[in-house]
Amino acid sequence: MKRDRRIKKSLNFSRVEVLRKLLRKAKKYLPIFICSMVLAIITVSGNLLIPLLIGQAIDHIAGAGSVDFSSILRLLIWILASIGSASIAQWLMGLCNNRMTYGIVHDIRDEAFRHVQKLPLSYLDSHPTGDTVSRMISDVEQLANGLLTGFTNFFTGVLTILGALCFMLSVNPLIALVVVAITPLSLLAANLITKHTFSMFRVQTETRGEETALIDELVSEQKLVQAFGYEERAQAHFDEINGRLRSCSLRALFYSSLTNPSTRFVNALAYAGIGTIGAIAAISGRISIGGLTSLLSYANQYTKPFNEITDVLAELQNALACAARLFELIEAPEQTPDPVPDKLKHLPVSAGSIEFENLSFSYSKDKPLIHNFNLNVRSGQLVAIVGPTGCGKTTLINLLMRFYDPDSGRILIDGVDTLELSRDELRRNLGMVLQDTWLKTGTIYDNIAMGKPDASIEEVVAAAKASHAHAFIKRLPNGYDTQIGEFGGSLSQGQKQLLCIARVMLARPPMLILDEATSSIDTRTELQVQDAFQKLMRGRTTFIVAHRLSTIKEADIILVMREGRIIEKGTHTKLLAQGGFYAELYESQFAH
Amino acid sequence: MKRLAIFLKSYIRECILAPLFKLLEASFELLVPLIMASIIDSGIGGGNNAYIIKMGLLLVALAAIGFGASCAAQYFAAKAAIGFSTELRSALLKKLQTLSYSELDSIGSSALITRMTSDVDQAQNGVNQVLRLLLRSPFVVFGAMLVAFTIDTKCALIFLAVIAALCLVVFSIIFITLPMHTEVQHGLDGVTAKTRENLNGVRVLRAFTCEAEEETEFEHRNERLTALQLKVGRISSMLNPITLFIVNIAIIALIWTGAIRVNIGALTQGEVVALYNLMSQILIELIKMANLIITMTRSAACAKRCAGLFDIQSTRLSGSETPSDAAPHGSVEFRGVSFTFPDGSAPAIEGISFYAAPGETIGIIGGTGAGKSTIINLIPGFYPATSGSVYIDGLDVKQFEPSALNARIGIVPQKAMLFEGSIRSNLLMGNAHASEELLLDSLITAQALEIVESKPNGLDERVEQGGRNFSGGQKQRLTIARALVKQPEILILDDSASALDYATDAKLRMAIRSMKSSPTTFIVSQRAASIRYADKIIVMDDGKLVGIGKHDELLKNCSVYREIYSSQFSDDGGTV
Repeated sequence: MKRDRRIKKSLNFSRVEVLRKLLRKAKKYLPIFICSMVLAIITVSGNLLIPLLIGQAIDHIAGAGSVDFSSILRLLIWILASIGSASIAQWLMGLCNNRMTYGIVHDIRDEAFRHVQKLPLSYLDSHPTGDTVSRMISDVEQLANGLLTGFTNFFTGVLTILGALCFMLSVNPLIALVVVAITPLSLLAANLITKHTFSMFRVQTETRGEETALIDELVSEQKLVQAFGYEERAQAHFDEINGRLRSCSLRALFYSSLTNPSTRFVNALAYAGIGTIGAIAAISGRISIGGLTSLLSYANQYTKPFNEITDVLAELQNALACAARLFELIEAPEQTPDPVPDKLKHLPVSAGSIEFENLSFSYSKDKPLIHNFNLNVRSGQLVAIVGPTGCGKTTLINLLMRFYDPDSGRILIDGVDTLELSRDELRRNLGMVLQDTWLKTGTIYDNIAMGKPDASIEEVVAAAKASHAHAFIKRLPNGYDTQIGEFGGSLSQGQKQLLCIARVMLARPPMLILDEATSSIDTRTELQVQDAFQKLMRGRTTFIVAHRLSTIKEADIILVMREGRIIEKGTHTKLLAQGGFYAELYESQFAH
Repeated sequence: MKRLAIFLKSYIRECILAPLFKLLEASFELLVPLIMASIIDSGIGGGNNAYIIKMGLLLVALAAIGFGASCAAQYFAAKAAIGFSTELRSALLKKLQTLSYSELDSIGSSALITRMTSDVDQAQNGVNQVLRLLLRSPFVVFGAMLVAFTIDTKCALIFLAVIAALCLVVFSIIFITLPMHTEVQHGLDGVTAKTRENLNGVRVLRAFTCEAEEETEFEHRNERLTALQLKVGRISSMLNPITLFIVNIAIIALIWTGAIRVNIGALTQGEVVALYNLMSQILIELIKMANLIITMTRSAACAKRCAGLFDIQSTRLSGSETPSDAAPHGSVEFRGVSFTFPDGSAPAIEGISFYAAPGETIGIIGGTGAGKSTIINLIPGFYPATSGSVYIDGLDVKQFEPSALNARIGIVPQKAMLFEGSIRSNLLMGNAHASEELLLDSLITAQALEIVESKPNGLDERVEQGGRNFSGGQKQRLTIARALVKQPEILILDDSASALDYATDAKLRMAIRSMKSSPTTFIVSQRAASIRYADKIIVMDDGKLVGIGKHDELLKNCSVYREIYSSQFSDDGGTV
């Protein structure tokens, strides 16, 4: 049941719709496309002329002593000319097709990536990374393969069919009709097969996706699997999916590979038909032997494109399935756009006063989290967010940074509704250190300078010194130019954290959001980092998801959260006096 | 490569039958030009209608048999190829699950994932194509040449020349483009890496308004990939026109030579036609073979990478003993243990000795990189000690029967990670037969019951990949519960409370201490408060044990401990 539902999900678009979208993306390649068409016509006519010439030449080789050498020579020169021009045209056509295909694919990838930058966090939080990556990489690759075979074979194929038909009619209309009568069989067979395999390929793609997700999980967390002696059950789970993949792949592969034999069979029938009827006609002199030879060649040339076109159709089926998944990504609704320039308000450097006005928010409609929340934070104040683990403290960060937008109510910074600011400007005013340290591939310098790409090396070093990262950076092989691999590579958790702090230290935004920032820093330098933070926080409005009692006590406002809701707010003394949940939390600190 | 052949073992029948049926089909195809020649020479030449019809029916019969043979071949090839990849994937996972932490570290997960996904797919494609075409194409090419020799030696020499010329062209183009294909693959890897990184770092990137730079960087890589693809395309798209040209030149030569031979009566008109038809067949097959070679080289590279994984010797422990029942349950002893990571130059820990008695709580504290996690990874033998020994219940972990060792230890890793499935399936990971009651008890102890209670489906609430639908703190508590469900003698908490607030952390520790089974508990932490009340505190500094004892003793005589403690309690929170 579950599987079926997932299959339907990727069927948001019909095949025709996907094709139309694809054509829209290809629009700007129209000139190349026209070139390719012209070259295709040259290629095909050159190729088609040859059997006719060869047939005529063979007629001049009637038997011993009756060979007309001068006519043959003339014909052979013609053959040489046509094959020469056809070969060159075919090569140029290949270049055009490459340019179109890789161009389109390049454009789509760029567009997909740009789109991902604008997708709301809610989309990215609810779609596995692996799935999005596979849409942007392997689905695009398969689409490219499909398009390339499509461009290369489709038009030459159609032209060859039409051309061969004309030539055959000119040689012998009766036999031409025999060919025309038989070939629809080939199309019918191919059509039947592709129709049959489309759904098989889809099931295969889905099952493969399921398996890849499991592989991703089992491999990345292999240590955990081993620690829990979970290997055998993991293997069994995998083998179950693997078994399903086996049967659906076998069906997809086998049925799709029947296309070739079937069309070849129909061709062979056509060949036998022409051979027999042509030979009988030749006896009564209605056709020459050379003419029959040309016809047999044409029959091959005429039917071969049917093969190719059906191949192309099979490939296109797969490509369209992939394109559909790709368009699902590209057309996923973007986050609400920033206001248009003339309605946009500006806040180059905020003074740092923040006001929450009747704010309501929830991740899903059925579970309201924040309801009618009001809070006034004056410039430079320290707001500590406290509460038991998992109480949803990150929700406030999501809202402040506009990773998510409120359902109703407003957040005002210096009296300006954050929805009226551009996200970029808002975020430049807010410095953030998250619990999950994340570094990008690049040098240490690149990572610290992330929020201020034009920073001089002196500024970067100063920021690193202030956040006590300088000492370990200095000891790295290439100092600030040391490359860090994907996901931070060989740096320790604490070192990564220091870099994240240095990043904010350099940008020095007027407001800060700190999420348990110090939880995994080396205890012995924690004091120094605290000191650096104190410096940073001075004069800056700060929201901090706090665990340290000292931080909490210093806070101007404490927000106590529980189960996603803000249940108490006030100062330390006031909240203690209230004797509510905060007091209970505070008491428990002494309990161990 | 040989190593992978065993995955075809159960498909020997298919592997023999598929090419056999292909050869059958090819032989029939080679007969067609000969039959046509006799239709022209005997049928038309002799004016024999009956003969022509008989031969025509023969052609139909050949086509039908060819079709049957070809379908059978496709089926057997597909079955063998799919069977091969299915078993290979399963075996790869099995092998991977036997690798020790050291090997997993040095290979890296992204490489392992590639082995199991795209590499296997490519290998499968290779098997399929090889079974279908490897024998068939050369057979047709050389068969056509042989048939040509039976018709006329002089003309057949043209065949010989053309095959040589075609092989030269086809192979040079393949060998020029092959390294370029590798480059394209690198380009694609670059694009993939960028995409992954962007998605994983989306919050930070947006917070620092780096979207535009990310786009530029991506576009740059994408541009490079496209340029590489076009470069390969320029050369590969020469293949078809050149081969076509060569074959047609050969046909010109063939007709000229044929004309001379017919003129002196050495050849008939029908035979010239037959030779011409054979030449066309060679062209088609050579193009197929060129494609096959490209697929094969690609597949071979992938297959080789997969095979390489099987060559890795696992250093994972595999003893066979279990401690005697009389031995104390839950004791852990380190005797002069040192450990150096495979790629490390300096030892991560050095000369560590201590004893943890059953039921004791041991705190391990120290700065980043001091070796805390290394110590606890050595207890379950995830990494084997480079020198010295680790004893559990009096038995060296190297001698332990792996599952017996595993059953004794419950570990909560630093990074809280849940698997796709349900809360229940996650809790049952280490103990498939746990009772409902045990699950609830474990959740209560781990302070995680409220998480389950807040979910509409309770224990059966869905867990998404990586546990992304739970917060960091929720995940951490659920992973603690998961370890408790194992009912371990030894419980290891590797900085597992980092995402918990002090209050929950304290409640958790109290609940663990009051557990009935009272496991020996190791708590690794950066927070002095978390380990303050431990029976023993081990203080680590730069890989060495610099202090062991109770809080008060250490405060008196361990300067490192004193420093750590005061760094966290120097302010007015110090009274906590």
